[in-house]
Amino acid sequence: MSRIHDMGGRFGDGAVTPDFGQEPVFKEEWHGRALALTLASGFLGQWTLDEGRHMRESLSPTDYMRFSYYEKWLAGLANLLVEKGVVSRDELETGSTNTATEALLARVIKAEDVPARLSKGGPTERDVGPKALFAVGDLVKTHPAGNTTVPGGHTRLPIYAGGKTGQIVAIHGNHVFPDTNAHQAGEAPEPLYTVAFKANELWKHPDGPKDLVMLDLWQSYLAPL
Amino acid sequence: MPHDSLDHDHAHSVLPSDPALRVKALETLLVQKGLIDPKTLDAIIDTYENKIGPQNGARLVAKAWSDPDFMAKLMSDATATALELGFYGRQGEHLVAVQNTEAVHNLVVCTLCSCYPWPLLGIPPSWYKSDAYRSRAVREPRKVLAEFGVQLNEDKEVRVWDSTAEIRYLVIPQRPLGTEGWSEDALASIVSRDSMIGTALVEVPQ
Repeated sequence: MSRIHDMGGRFGDGAVTPDFGQEPVFKEEWHGRALALTLASGFLGQWTLDEGRHMRESLSPTDYMRFSYYEKWLAGLANLLVEKGVVSRDELETGSTNTATEALLARVIKAEDVPARLSKGGPTERDVGPKALFAVGDLVKTHPAGNTTVPGGHTRLPIYAGGKTGQIVAIHGNHVFPDTNAHQAGEAPEPLYTVAFKANELWKHPDGPKDLVMLDLWQSYLAPL
Repeated sequence: MPHDSLDHDHAHSVLPSDPALRVKALETLLVQKGLIDPKTLDAIIDTYENKIGPQNGARLVAKAWSDPDFMAKLMSDATATALELGFYGRQGEHLVAVQNTEAVHNLVVCTLCSCYPWPLLGIPPSWYKSDAYRSRAVREPRKVLAEFGVQLNEDKEVRVWDSTAEIRYLVIPQRPLGTEGWSEDALASIVSRDSMIGTALVEVPQ
């Protein structure tokens, strides 16, 4: 039930290499281009944020590991463009266009609209959905991690936090549920909580005895204890 | 639709192998189809290279250090309070500020991808997106912090925020001694990007 992106707690990745603020925003020119292309394509409105994330996660483990960060974005974007019928596989392969996309032209983002569209964002809180079942202070147990309806589907409960006991420390209202929203099953907003887990609940050899890991988890991921 | 149907037939594999050419090929095709304006891409790049970055978060921190009422508002509703300074937008729609104290040190990560408060800090640095940081920050935060040159006392509690939903976290670092009476601009100038992720402390430059 795991995918390659879900790496929290994994051993063997070696040391982190800080840049101490010295790295340029985009190390290579094409990095910025890849980010901008992904955002501008996203404004065509053919997929959700969660579908976008899931497409990157669905890269084969071999590709996920050999690709640099923005190569993952590019691969995810290419796959989404084809899956959603924005471009055909043939167009991607030949580089020349043979399909009409008139229906999307009204959605193309103009340069002068960039500041306003980026500033607008895409809030995920909704005023509909079920009531919160838990209160701050409640102890909860997470279900095993994994999308419950789509095999290998998108979810935001990391494997390392599945089946663990934690405590509710905040309630954030109802938020769009990634597990459905990534699979064209609707936003299905539900309560989102911050849950605190003791490090020794999660890890065999915790780094510090009093340390905590805080996770934002949807109600469907949680059971009362 | 589950994407497993594509697992053995990924469309991306038909693109050129050089990543720079791969971007160019995709951009050219989308421009040809009228779906992308290259000037739009320039404007997005310019936004994150020049307009939105850790200077925003630093202004917020400096103001909070200088104004206890502002700090209180920031801690209770960071989204609305950041908006007072004009900071809001994509990947920062739901903000929470977490404050470092003598007893608690906060550290932010996204183990599943690279979630990060763009309107306050810009685009995340390479190390934040690296496998090493994503895999280890939750399990051994103190060892990771040591790699940044940060040594914490054992009795300090470390809280690692694995930002896997759409809430974005900003660490409010501890204000260093010796900055009494400093202007907000002077304070903002010593607040580093890493200190607002939690991988650095703020120090007065020697």
